[in-house]
Amino acid sequence: MMSRRWFLLRSGALAFGSALSTGCVTTTRSPPGAGLGNVLVLIELNGGNDGLNTIIPYADPLYAKLRPKIGLAREEVVQLDATTALHPGLAPLKPSWDAGECAIVQSVGYDKPNLSHFRSIEIWDTASASDATVADGWVARALAPRQPLAGRVAEGVVLGRPVVGPLYGAKARVAMMQDASGFASQARRVAKPGAMATPTAALQHVVTTQASLRAAGDGIYDRLQQMRVPLQTVFPRTGIGGQLANAARLIAANVDVPAIKLSHGSFDTHTYQRNPHDRLIGELGAALAAFRQAMIERNAWGRVTVMTYAEFGRRPAENSAQGTDHGTAAPHFVLGGAVRGGFKGVAPRLDQLDGGGNLRHGVDFQSLYATMLKRWWGIDPAPVLGRSFPELDLFLT
Amino acid sequence: MRIVPGMIRFVVCALLTLACGQARALDPDEARHLLLRTGFGATSSEVQRLQPMSREQAVSRLLHDMGREAVTPPPGFTANAHPDWPAQWRSKDEEQKSIFNRARDAEAAELKAWWWQELIATPSPFTERLVLFWHGHFTSAMDKVRAPNYLFAQNALLRAHALGSFRALLHAVARDPAMVRYLDSLNNRKAGPNENFARELLELFTLGEGHYTEADIKAAARAFAGWHNDERAGVFRFNVREIDDGEKSFLGRSGPLTGDDVIDAILEKPQVARFVTRKLWLELVSDAPEPRELERLATVFRSSDYSIARLMRAMLTSVEFWAPRSRATLVKSPVELMVGAIRQVAPEFADTKLLVEYGKRMRQDLFNPPNVRGWPGGTAWISTESLLVRREALARLTSGIPADRGFAGDMSRLLLASPPLVAAIGELRGRQLVEALLLDPSYQVK
Repeated sequence: MMSRRWFLLRSGALAFGSALSTGCVTTTRSPPGAGLGNVLVLIELNGGNDGLNTIIPYADPLYAKLRPKIGLAREEVVQLDATTALHPGLAPLKPSWDAGECAIVQSVGYDKPNLSHFRSIEIWDTASASDATVADGWVARALAPRQPLAGRVAEGVVLGRPVVGPLYGAKARVAMMQDASGFASQARRVAKPGAMATPTAALQHVVTTQASLRAAGDGIYDRLQQMRVPLQTVFPRTGIGGQLANAARLIAANVDVPAIKLSHGSFDTHTYQRNPHDRLIGELGAALAAFRQAMIERNAWGRVTVMTYAEFGRRPAENSAQGTDHGTAAPHFVLGGAVRGGFKGVAPRLDQLDGGGNLRHGVDFQSLYATMLKRWWGIDPAPVLGRSFPELDLFLT
Repeated sequence: MRIVPGMIRFVVCALLTLACGQARALDPDEARHLLLRTGFGATSSEVQRLQPMSREQAVSRLLHDMGREAVTPPPGFTANAHPDWPAQWRSKDEEQKSIFNRARDAEAAELKAWWWQELIATPSPFTERLVLFWHGHFTSAMDKVRAPNYLFAQNALLRAHALGSFRALLHAVARDPAMVRYLDSLNNRKAGPNENFARELLELFTLGEGHYTEADIKAAARAFAGWHNDERAGVFRFNVREIDDGEKSFLGRSGPLTGDDVIDAILEKPQVARFVTRKLWLELVSDAPEPRELERLATVFRSSDYSIARLMRAMLTSVEFWAPRSRATLVKSPVELMVGAIRQVAPEFADTKLLVEYGKRMRQDLFNPPNVRGWPGGTAWISTESLLVRREALARLTSGIPADRGFAGDMSRLLLASPPLVAAIGELRGRQLVEALLLDPSYQVK
């Protein structure tokens, strides 16, 4: 069943024509097993995305009741089954859903939800409990202690909004950039800084960053030089489109970096949210579809997983200014050539809101992380997350 | 007989000096440190001016020199009538809307360049540092506010209160038209309270996360319902129909609380002084606040009914501020980096438009902080991305220095908070030496 699926996938790629022209034609293939050669692309929906207007419980009468002005009508949405639909802006993801490569994890959140943007994203970034403080990011903790593989350019690349988030600390080397080629050609000319006797933390940070800058510049430059044929796929000219285009180039050039963090937003839609939210979701759908196509074009889709995350969802009831205030649980996407698609988690219960009028979560976000660590990177999650969490059925292998 | 009073005075002075250890004149490193931490880096003339003074005298001078108004003439558009936003919002004429928006964009560009000009020209760099600090604290951003004249007025407000009473500043900010738009007070109505301002008032402006409940936020949001702008006149105005005069419970108080009651209730909490003092410590003193000293300073702040001047005097004369271990512990913001370089070695540089661009690329776009928390600051200023831009900008600023300009004195000691890391610096002279020092990692810290 798996190989049939991969055969279909390849056929799909051939239909684009690009795989033929690059000469890399394969017939059947299984996705690779877990390991650090796999890439995790993290997309932060910063500001807190409105989950109920993204994955829409269109058949629930409470939905229309809670959202008389900003709710999406049944005729507008892309129905996935008898109860749940995609925002129309996500229609470009329908092919990956139909191919079984798109998982929608519903009601992701945590106990004792915090409704501050900053505290809540800190909880997500550091994978901590709501009342615990952890210094370093979960991806940094997972990747940094490991012996760097020969040629690894950095533990993570950050594109878009300049926030390292889950890659913060733990001596993880992070290369932050906007444009991969421009960055590499500038960075390889920066001097390697000398050593210091007793640096302050601030000065050490500058020196370490300068060293990472030079190392990443050298590594990325060489790989991009070796990539002879540019990507054929055209990306939308949006912020997230540009970020995913750069991520695709790095992956296509085999730049050795296990985590790439992007961001899209702002989803902090307190007032008159329909237009801006529709636009943001539409940009996300179009950019992700292009990214998938580019990865299939380069035969790389099997070693790439995309995961969205955000500090919280938004309040089920719209406010008086046709917006939504800070909320709690929300759905998130996991996409990739190795992903086992479909609905995961539990559907939101609009009839069982908490005392603040917010959704109760059904899946701890740390279950999502545990699954990524173990099933995608082959890393034991318990030492990274402090304890074990139930894993989700997100991967074929 | 006649010699005796002089001798007594001398002995008393000597004893006092020994006892306090602070009445002596500053050494060059101390003068540089004070100027770097309270301004944009030392110039040799500023060092010479401060050096004969004691720490107290130098700090008094800085506080005395503070300005309450900018010296750069206001941008031209601030003389115009307030644009008719309600007409704009109602209008269906796309071309007219686009003309309106382009006019605002041009004003925004002018406003940003205006502040960069003031940063370079100011006779009181400490004024600018504090105004910038309050701008990052009481954030409002152009991307959302859209009205450059509101943000100019907010800047003037922050100037007027920069060294004044935090209590007065907080009450004024709550009714500042830019803030009313930025945190959606404009959409806060009795029938459907908007929590945005209430939440950030508690979380970011005063108490910090963890010192209030979600119920407090909901009550505060109701208390600020109707705190609107008259968008036609461009001024703050209560919308009496939207005021919620019902019973509320907030931080242990109950009654028909108003927004001003809410602010005063917050200011009763000792946590406010701790929260604000800690943030100022990270801006001015070091990256590791010392708990007991922090508590002492917070007490000074609170017991003076939130006098920012009192707090600044106590902080800048504290042992921790002057301790050599505090030096080179903070990262320069993009503004400090570029304005410092211009004031120190490239005073002929006058392209404020380019500074706006570089500021944006280094992620300090004035009047447009990235989110309501303002600029995170500290080591977050330095990423592989921003370090490239910072180096590019410094190289660009120094490229305009005439090749024959002489730089007298120990430039390394004047420009750097810690010794240079680039080995070959000893052989360089003049402009080449200055370029190398500015590109040294040590120039990035203060």
